[in-house]
Amino acid sequence: MSTLLQEMSNRALGLGVPLSAQLDLTYRCNEQCVHCYLDHLDHGEMSTTEIKHLLSEMAEAGVFILTLSGGEIFMRKDFFEILEHARDLTFCVKLKTNAVLVREKQAARLRDLGVESIQVSIYSHRPEVHDAITKVPGSLRRSVDAIRFLKTQGLKVVIANVLMTENMHDHHGVRALAEELGARYTLDPTITPMMDGDRSILERKADVSELHTLFRDEKYIDNVEEFCAPPPALTEEVMESLPCSAGHTGCYVSPYGEFYPCVAFPLSCGNVRQQRFIDIWRDSEQLKEVRSIRLRDLSGCSQCAHGGTCTRCPGLAFLEGNMRGPSTSDCEKSFARTGIPSKNLLAKKEKASPARLVQIQLVPAITGNRLSAMNNAATA
Amino acid sequence: MNKKLYVARSPRIAARKLGEEMMVMSAQGSTLFTLNPTATILWQAADGATPLDEIVERGICSEFEVKPEDALRDAEALARDLAKHGILLISEEPLAPKSPVQEQPRP
Repeated sequence: MSTLLQEMSNRALGLGVPLSAQLDLTYRCNEQCVHCYLDHLDHGEMSTTEIKHLLSEMAEAGVFILTLSGGEIFMRKDFFEILEHARDLTFCVKLKTNAVLVREKQAARLRDLGVESIQVSIYSHRPEVHDAITKVPGSLRRSVDAIRFLKTQGLKVVIANVLMTENMHDHHGVRALAEELGARYTLDPTITPMMDGDRSILERKADVSELHTLFRDEKYIDNVEEFCAPPPALTEEVMESLPCSAGHTGCYVSPYGEFYPCVAFPLSCGNVRQQRFIDIWRDSEQLKEVRSIRLRDLSGCSQCAHGGTCTRCPGLAFLEGNMRGPSTSDCEKSFARTGIPSKNLLAKKEKASPARLVQIQLVPAITGNRLSAMNNAATA
Repeated sequence: MNKKLYVARSPRIAARKLGEEMMVMSAQGSTLFTLNPTATILWQAADGATPLDEIVERGICSEFEVKPEDALRDAEALARDLAKHGILLISEEPLAPKSPVQEQPRP
């Protein structure tokens, strides 16, 4: 984040303004990625009119950075109508897409509409790996073609590479592909549980030894020594700090109008079909609770050595059962970085280890007097 | 006699008021600018049809204790600076006000 944007973010925090918001237009998708946390069904998406009305409310509330995502945004036939309205309202619009449906015509339209950036998901530079993850033959070729069309229009493209067991060793190839295409590259080792709470897809996430290697790769980490250093002692200032921007300067709205603090934090705070966006933002009891939480309030994390440097995601903690608790995925990242287990990991290890063995020794039969004498000796 | 100057907001920017200041992001280069309250007044009034001297007289001289000629000189300098960054259009002829989506016909 640029210094000026950070400054604006701090100002928005002070003014209580939702500076950024993600709006998922649909959960439907033309890919069926093995690690996806969505169900890809339409349970009653907002109509074009509802979305336009919501965008007007968001602009009025002060939202500046608007991320349109899904599902796949181009699955909505009214996508460009929605985007036009968003740009009429002078949002800074970022898009997240697999870009499979983007051809020259769509790329030119995106340029004309002044979109800030387009993030495209690429899992591997090898079609057999990427297409196996998306379950769509030819999808890598389509996405890469689309990136070329977008770059030809002078648009900013970011390749997002989610890391999982299937593509664990392909990130250098994707990075090289991004360089060749003139796109920025981001690597994300986070797999999110399904929104319905199903955690089975977490089996695909990178394990600690793989994260350990990744965090020492100078291609990704500028200063490995500093990045992997033991965490500094917790200070009063750190204890009073906010866990993240979710619900403070950022929020998320689902295709059904559900309002959450963040896309990764499915705590329903209201529905924009029933309430005005600004009323939910200001008055939701759930958001007030999220905003009240400081590092010192977190069970375990406030006494953990990693408290001040951990990337703890409150949404993942919420999905683990407690928004004030630890997020184990982030504990594992802290451990992989520094070699120092978090308080949460130590507690889990303790819990998982078998009960202490009690040795039972056969002794000769003890008479009542001798037993009594032994008890006395023990208490003496 | 000096020629009139007309100013219009570029259709390729993103903008939002935050408190008393305006955040403006240029689509080219994703550069973020913030405009102070005086520059924000100018920015909001930049409709492409109102001459800059009128904007200054109505929006700035009426609000701040400043000589009109000084205010106009500063406003012109600011307008030219913003134009250099592609976030404001300036012309000696009136500019038709545009919205960001009116550059191309709808599909």
